[in-house]
Amino acid sequence: MSERKIRVMVAKPGLDGHDRGARVLARCFRDAGFEVIYTGCHQTPEQVAAAAIQEDVDLVGLSCLSGAHRVLFPRVVELLREKNADDIAVIGGGIIPEQDFQMLYDAGIQAIFTPGASLDSIVEWIREHIQTRH
Amino acid sequence: MYFSDETTSTSSGLTRKWHDSVQRALKGNPDQKERFSTVSDLEIKRLYTPEDIKDMDFARDIGAPGEFPYLRGNQVTGYRGRHWTFRMFSGMGSAQDTNARWRMLLREGQTGLSTAFDFPTLMGYDSDSPKSLGEVGKCGVAIDTLEDFLALIDGIPLDQVTTSMTINPPATVLWAMYCAAADIKGVPLSRIGGTIQNDMLKEFIAQKTFMCPPEPSVKLISDTVEFGTKYVPRWNTISISGYHIREAGATAVQELAFTLRDGIEYVEDVIRRKKLDVDDFAPRLSFFFNAHIDFFEEICKLRAARRMWAKIMRDRFGAKNPRSLWMRFHTQTAGCSLTAQQPYNNVVRTAIEALAAVLGGTQSLHTNSLDEVFCLPSDHAVEVALRTQQILAEETGIVNTIDPLAGSYHVESLTNEIEEKATEYIEKIDAMGGMIAAIEKGFPQMEIADASYKFQQQIEKNEKVMVGVNKYVTEAQHAVPLLEIDESVGEKQIRRLKDIRRRRDDRAVSQSLHDIRAACKNGDNVMPYCIDAVKNLATKQEICDVYREVYGEYRDPGLY
Amino acid sequence: METTNKICAGDVRTASRLIRDLEDRLPGARPKLKNLFAHTGKSFIIGITGSPGAGKSTLTDALVHEFRRRGKTVGVLAVDPTSPFTGGAILGDRIRMLRHAEDDAVFVRSLATRGALGGLSQAAGDAIHVMEAMGKDVVIVETVGIGQQELDIINHAHSVVVVLVPGMGDDIQAMKAGIMEIADVFAVNKADRPGAGQLQKELAALLSATAVAEGDWRPPVVTLGNLYEPASFAEKAAELAQKVLEHHDYLIVSGRLAGRMERKAMMEITDALKASILEPVVAKLIATGELKEMTNRVAGRETDPYSEAEAVARRFIKAGETA
Repeated sequence: MSERKIRVMVAKPGLDGHDRGARVLARCFRDAGFEVIYTGCHQTPEQVAAAAIQEDVDLVGLSCLSGAHRVLFPRVVELLREKNADDIAVIGGGIIPEQDFQMLYDAGIQAIFTPGASLDSIVEWIREHIQTRH
Repeated sequence: MYFSDETTSTSSGLTRKWHDSVQRALKGNPDQKERFSTVSDLEIKRLYTPEDIKDMDFARDIGAPGEFPYLRGNQVTGYRGRHWTFRMFSGMGSAQDTNARWRMLLREGQTGLSTAFDFPTLMGYDSDSPKSLGEVGKCGVAIDTLEDFLALIDGIPLDQVTTSMTINPPATVLWAMYCAAADIKGVPLSRIGGTIQNDMLKEFIAQKTFMCPPEPSVKLISDTVEFGTKYVPRWNTISISGYHIREAGATAVQELAFTLRDGIEYVEDVIRRKKLDVDDFAPRLSFFFNAHIDFFEEICKLRAARRMWAKIMRDRFGAKNPRSLWMRFHTQTAGCSLTAQQPYNNVVRTAIEALAAVLGGTQSLHTNSLDEVFCLPSDHAVEVALRTQQILAEETGIVNTIDPLAGSYHVESLTNEIEEKATEYIEKIDAMGGMIAAIEKGFPQMEIADASYKFQQQIEKNEKVMVGVNKYVTEAQHAVPLLEIDESVGEKQIRRLKDIRRRRDDRAVSQSLHDIRAACKNGDNVMPYCIDAVKNLATKQEICDVYREVYGEYRDPGLY
Repeated sequence: METTNKICAGDVRTASRLIRDLEDRLPGARPKLKNLFAHTGKSFIIGITGSPGAGKSTLTDALVHEFRRRGKTVGVLAVDPTSPFTGGAILGDRIRMLRHAEDDAVFVRSLATRGALGGLSQAAGDAIHVMEAMGKDVVIVETVGIGQQELDIINHAHSVVVVLVPGMGDDIQAMKAGIMEIADVFAVNKADRPGAGQLQKELAALLSATAVAEGDWRPPVVTLGNLYEPASFAEKAAELAQKVLEHHDYLIVSGRLAGRMERKAMMEITDALKASILEPVVAKLIATGELKEMTNRVAGRETDPYSEAEAVARRFIKAGETA
């Protein structure tokens, strides 16, 4: 009767407050049956990483629309690694030009969803890639 | 009565017959979908007829341009005397980079400047704050001190060009820099003109660029209104903004209602706190709306906005000066309607949205560039966007006549409907005790969250279409050349800031910060003290930290 | 034992994983908790309850701040509701506690109600144990609202803060329905709002009508105003923390702490019984379709629920012991 519940975190690192996408995603994840930790806007990477570990989430979804993703996203992955929590998957979304994708993948971001990606495709990706950990 | 009894009854007879024909036609050829609605999901009828506007009173509800209720525009001459202001929002990298872009735009025929600041500046953090990591110069220009500001406006004639600054929590500081710069250049404050956005309520509602709690935030805004009224009469001290509310996912009705209710809140606060007469300051209030993709809905929203504000100012505040009744507004085409897929389609969307803004009677317009879904716009993309406005003004003939859609059954009826629905929202917020109280309850935030979630689901189910996203999808890539912000901009900015900190007079800085602190605590107007402080090279964050210390810091309540 | 050592050393990763395993009812988790049990029982556990929207998270945040100022380490367990339609949940309480996000001495964990058979109470009890074993001086449990489920959770606490706000007329009703008995400290929040005077009056009347013996604890009322007047709000939050700590002292000095510990142990046993006896039985009845048949028989008045239950009890409880 035990069944792993998927737990994810939706976080907005950086200073931009464009949280429309993040909030829609949080609701969408809830409706997909996930438990969603929502952090609100204006997080530092340190806050995001600490919260992800305290909440033992399977995945962190980062949203950034200010262009700071090149610095902030890799920083979150790095902090999780430092704390031996690199089994927590990190994905990103927001205004991210394609030319930055490779750099983010290289830094350990597992997937990037840009405006126009369907909610279903994101949920599907999570279901497929998150083998609930033991 | 707008039509004679005879017209109305003929119309209703003809409409009944038409309705029967529709029923017959539908049997063989059903509609493509069951329900037709605007992008905001307002249901639209197949046909509008005189009956839909039969209760309108021409003088009361429509009138003439330049006359109450200003439905048809504030200006008696329309766009014949003067086009709307072509005002392209721009800013990136360092102050020098932005200054170069500005000079380019002025050369190309732009008639007003509009500043985009980077996120640290928008949030009141210096470039060397840990919170600014990765953000410096990214989404706009980085301004830390008066020296940056002087570089920004180098060579710009402050007494001839008006400048709009999209700045909210630190608005007092950036405006103080503008005033100080004018002073240094020998231009009297009475001759500078421009706008600071300075609308905090919509930040709590939608855009989340906040610093202090709502109440003191509004106090700082009232300080600027008072200072402007007394010393900078050509300055628009608040640009009451629906743009961001809409971008956050609101419907057209919500955008209109929340924006006007924010306006009411500011007017009430200035009257109560500063004891100014409404006609002393109301003429300098300006507005800022979104022009979204649903053509008629947007035109009607803008027309309704003018009529509603005129009534609010007259009936609620007893304003007598016609200029107090005017709703003057800037419009920007909808960033959220643009798509990363098939980006060249964005030029078409922007053109249609800009057309709606002009038919709605805007005084000023920003047209988005096709690449703004990826990054800051490149020079070439900005040029296309600016040319879009110039084509509308110079080639299409839409400026020839004033408010050309007036009298349309559909347009007038939809204008009325939007006004009614927005008025209901305003009354609801009144009943909650005003906008600050409503924000504390999370009311507008949750209404917007619900609307944006609903829209997203309509997209997912293909009930609403975005071309290239959920219909007419292609694999083909159309690469757009993008503007890259050099990562070294941040480092250079930090070096410049450190250098200023080293060579300025620290004693003078701490004295001026002390004066601001005292003004905050005593409820005095902070503006004169801010001008002194920036002249002493106090940084933007140093001043904002005083606000945070005295007023407390607002954190995102994270409503979802 | 590795898990025990790590958690007792305060390892957040291991602790948060064990809490999750317990919540997800992984078979290996319970034995680990048994090993930890010897290391629990030293923390001061505070329950915070009140209607949704009363500002519980904000007050929890304020208390965390106060306890940190006094040098105490803190664990927070924040409960949010699970959607009955989708089984998902948005857990947003920690947003209000962000200023402690980088403080290693503060561990915040969100818990969804999930809603099966009072399992929440056990999940909360388990998570508290893990935080106790981590050595947190104080553990704060914040409930979703006011109701039966909340009362169960609150039984895990030593001291209980009931948060009330003006303009929610049912608060006083709720108090009459049982919250009154469990409140050790009242917090009247958002007291700058209309109706605050009325609420305080009703509360005072209710308190004075409750007999308290000489030397016994009379629940104090702390009134908190506008969150956005930071100086005065912080002062009141400090007072609230002080009152809670005073109640703790009272429990110790008066010897009542033992009673609270018993209440807590009783709750834990009840939870465990439900989990080890009731839940597997009900799960089996659901799986075999028997529950549905029983439901039909009872609804059709062919039989009564009591006989059905007794028949089930006879089948599953073989020891022959009867209640």
